[in-house]
Amino acid sequence: METTFVLLLLLSPFVGFLSALFFAKNKGNLAGYIGTTAVFVSFVFTVLLFNQVNTTKNPIHIHLFEWMQLVDFKINFSFLLDQLSLLWLLFVTGIGTLIHLYSISYLHDDENRHKYFSYLNLFLFFMILLVIGSNLLILFIGWEGVGLCSYLLIGFWHTNQNYNDAAKKAFIMNRIGDLGFLIGIFILGYVFNTLDFVELKQAVIAGNAYSQLEWVGLATLCLFIGATGKSAQLPLFTWLPDAMAGPTPVSALIHAATMVTAGIFMITRLDFMFDLTPAVQDLMAYVGAFTALLAATIACFQNDIKKVLAYSTVSQLGLMFLALGLGAYQVAVFHVITHAFFKACLFLGSGSVIHGMHGEQDIRNMGGLRHKMKTTHITFAISTLAISGIPPLAGFFSKDEILLVAFHENTLLWIIAAIASILTAYYMFRLLFLTFYGTFRGTEKQAKELCESDGFITFPLVVLAVLAAVGGAISIPGNSWLENYLKPVLSQATEAHHLDATTLTLMATAVVGALIGLGIAFFKFIKREEVPMTDDRIIGFTSLIYDKYKIDEIYDFIIVKPINLLGSFGKNVIEPNLSKMIFSVDAITDSLGNQGKKLHNGNLGFYLFAFVFGLCATVYYLFFIR
Amino acid sequence: MNITILLILLGAGALATYGAGNKWAPKVALGFSILTFICALTFVNQHNSSDFIVKWFSNPNVSFAIKSDGLALTLVLLTTALVPIILLTSLNKEIKNAKSFYALVLFMAGAMVGTFLAADGFLYYIFWELALLPIFMIGLFWGDNSTGERKKTMMRFFVFTFAGSLFMLGSFIYLYQKVGSFYIADLYKANLNSTEQFWVFLGFFIAYAIKIPILPFHSWQAKTYQFAPTVGTMLLSGAMLKMGLYSVIRWQMPIAPLAAKEYGPVFIWLSLAGVVYGSLVALKQDNLKKLMAYSSLAHVGLIAAACYSGSQDAITGAVYQMVGHGFVIVGLFYCVDIIHSRYKTIQISDLGGIRTLAPKFTSLFLLVLVASIGLPGTFNFIGEFTMLYGLGAQNISYAVVGGTSIILGAYYMLKMFQNTMLGTTQQKPFDDVSWSEGFTLILIIGVLFYFGMYPKPLHDLIAPSIAQLNVYINPIK
Repeated sequence: METTFVLLLLLSPFVGFLSALFFAKNKGNLAGYIGTTAVFVSFVFTVLLFNQVNTTKNPIHIHLFEWMQLVDFKINFSFLLDQLSLLWLLFVTGIGTLIHLYSISYLHDDENRHKYFSYLNLFLFFMILLVIGSNLLILFIGWEGVGLCSYLLIGFWHTNQNYNDAAKKAFIMNRIGDLGFLIGIFILGYVFNTLDFVELKQAVIAGNAYSQLEWVGLATLCLFIGATGKSAQLPLFTWLPDAMAGPTPVSALIHAATMVTAGIFMITRLDFMFDLTPAVQDLMAYVGAFTALLAATIACFQNDIKKVLAYSTVSQLGLMFLALGLGAYQVAVFHVITHAFFKACLFLGSGSVIHGMHGEQDIRNMGGLRHKMKTTHITFAISTLAISGIPPLAGFFSKDEILLVAFHENTLLWIIAAIASILTAYYMFRLLFLTFYGTFRGTEKQAKELCESDGFITFPLVVLAVLAAVGGAISIPGNSWLENYLKPVLSQATEAHHLDATTLTLMATAVVGALIGLGIAFFKFIKREEVPMTDDRIIGFTSLIYDKYKIDEIYDFIIVKPINLLGSFGKNVIEPNLSKMIFSVDAITDSLGNQGKKLHNGNLGFYLFAFVFGLCATVYYLFFIR
Repeated sequence: MNITILLILLGAGALATYGAGNKWAPKVALGFSILTFICALTFVNQHNSSDFIVKWFSNPNVSFAIKSDGLALTLVLLTTALVPIILLTSLNKEIKNAKSFYALVLFMAGAMVGTFLAADGFLYYIFWELALLPIFMIGLFWGDNSTGERKKTMMRFFVFTFAGSLFMLGSFIYLYQKVGSFYIADLYKANLNSTEQFWVFLGFFIAYAIKIPILPFHSWQAKTYQFAPTVGTMLLSGAMLKMGLYSVIRWQMPIAPLAAKEYGPVFIWLSLAGVVYGSLVALKQDNLKKLMAYSSLAHVGLIAAACYSGSQDAITGAVYQMVGHGFVIVGLFYCVDIIHSRYKTIQISDLGGIRTLAPKFTSLFLLVLVASIGLPGTFNFIGEFTMLYGLGAQNISYAVVGGTSIILGAYYMLKMFQNTMLGTTQQKPFDDVSWSEGFTLILIIGVLFYFGMYPKPLHDLIAPSIAQLNVYINPIK
């Protein structure tokens, strides 16, 4: 029974992938309906299984078959559905369904729709596999699989080579992380002789790790490197903003709500391992905090509606890593969930705007859209309030908990995170005001044709906005459902912060911070009706931030260029000369050939003969005569 | 029934093909190759490790000895499976003097099967050299001569590999002097001191390093792949270079285990250097066949490193990857061939935008490509993972350096794919894959994904024989 449910849950999107690919070509919206239904089926089974596990408190183990066998241990193809994976599945399949629905309208005139929906279904298949795998290697199948789907979807409009570049960059940067991930897996295999999560946990509880702590440390470091790739953290984050080349619903699903949280999922899965290595945890916290700050500063200067949201995602993911690094796993998970709601809503809202503006993405050419796009405006505004941490919306609770933990653990990290939060409020309201308020700055044609999107688009927006508003209820300070729910799977619960004076003061501080950000944005873009400068007028330090601190250029200079130079050196210098050296026999014929052409080709045979004869004679002498 | 029937079938097939005349030659050859594959499959299913010996000469003491353990059977299965696939790729082509061409292909397959099965050094050497002749002739007479370099390239290839083999012969003759037999079980027990082992090991190494090829003995490879007809390139890269890798495990390591242990790291680093170097040079290639050649250098470098590590896991992974790489490289060369048959060029700079014109072909190409870069779910991942795991257990830096192929492989392959298949169209018509082309590619992809998800049958075939060999490779003191 359980096995059937889990298999249906997993395979439904895969069947959707195949059907959309093979049976829905040139059949209008059929692909969209197939895709949406397939994911919805997964969602239904997720809910059923979630209810079961939530009542029985027993995780579901499913063993399918023996996959790989090494000399020392086996790796099974098996699944583990515990509280953590089911929580993840809930929002993956739930938001997945909404975004499929949205896509039906968003891509209604694309002739390759069937491919789009098949890739999106395939993505969900791999994402589910990633979440329910019972060992690191099954997780890794999903991990690489979602990377492939991300590649396919970023480059969905494949005639544009810039998009293809972005897709390639995403895949390769992820693969840098993946090498780290693999090395981490190897080391855990050497130390523990298993990759199964349950067995690893048992081994750690039994104390098997203490004799080899330095190896475990190296392993967690490598796994963290893997996570920085997939979850777009320093130094591997630059692929995510470029990934916005894909269709907007893809950005919402893959590059905001689900795939990029895989790194956080993996680390939460292995929390017992990371708890053994405080140095790696510290590193994680600092990397997360600095990523949050860096990305937030860049977001303040972007003018592409999707780019702002992309950097915002990087920044929010940074906050989650900060929480992970501080050992507050359920806080990170909480922020993953609320972030999935409001960021998906924001991306889908931006998609609605882009749709209404016929492809325009530059906020300098928008303004005043609230009059004609009421639903989009309201849902976008709610999500903006949520991400900025205005109470009582979801983001307030989750972000506040991160700040709270940081305050208790490390003041420096708290300051960084607090600044990032203020900046978040600023750039989000800047985005909101420039897009929906003020006067319209687009072309007349756009103004005339501007209208609200249809129900396929607005329905998901409304659902997500509601969730962004009330989602915080799952973990209210002092009475956290989430904390109780996750208790069985997390190794050590962080100490609960009660509603004492410090907590309340911090909450108030956070709200004031958010209001400062809001206020600055209001003053600049509503009161003074400022519009960001055109690209050619951006100079100095601003242009440095606008160009994301030239990080791409630096990587290009210190990594990509040298690799290509080495390749050229190999191709143009080493290869010909190596040939020449080894075939000096040939060179002799060539030089003779210059004097008498007739010797040129025929003599190779003679040289061959002489060579073989000489060698045979030597061998014969050495072994038979001497 | 005895496993030598495979040799007889291939030999008879070659004769029948030649006798059938140009019109029927491809079909006869295909028929015989499929028959051989089915036969090989039955042997694998029975799994009777039928070693047998017939005295051949008494002075020198040479016997016709065959050993068909799981390792040999795997490679035989690979060869006999690839030959029909390779023949399928050529069925629609005009090949002049087809009867000789196809007869040579079967002849070569027979020689390779013999190489994998031989358990007597002398017999093995004969098969080893016999396999070289047909591919040399295929390259020389049917190769691409558009730049006039064909003859020179093929001569180089022949001289180089043939000369290399002579060093191996030297090692065998020396061993014979010591042991008085060429039989493999006797050679394993040769009891050489470490100096002797070093020289024997080196002799083998030169032969294998050229065949595989290992850096810096690869200079014959790229141009040979470029100018040989695609069928020849597939035979070379899919099956023939596995002769070298197989021999490292079968002959070189167990006969000279002390030398393997002592100098192993040198050879591992050399092989790993090939991984990085091959990937970097592949990045800058404009000719698709040459790009595949360098990618092959990189992939095979990792397999060689795994073989020389002597780790049981790594060697098992190496055998997996021999199979995986065999299929994937044939698939890649077939895709290149399909492009060539439409556009008459395989220069990347002349290509682009094929995806818009041929979506089916693009999907199939992409599937072969993701297998080649070792995406989990494909058999190549199983191979790479097991190899790197075994290598890393000895020295974690092996795994890190070898693992760069994960990044660089994705880099050059996706770059190639982008510039060849994506972007704006050339506005030239490109027929999507025909029924037979699609079938062949799906066959290859099917094998790679099936064993990627369920590698157990191959594991059960390979692992026991590697465990047996491990006794000789890592002798307990």
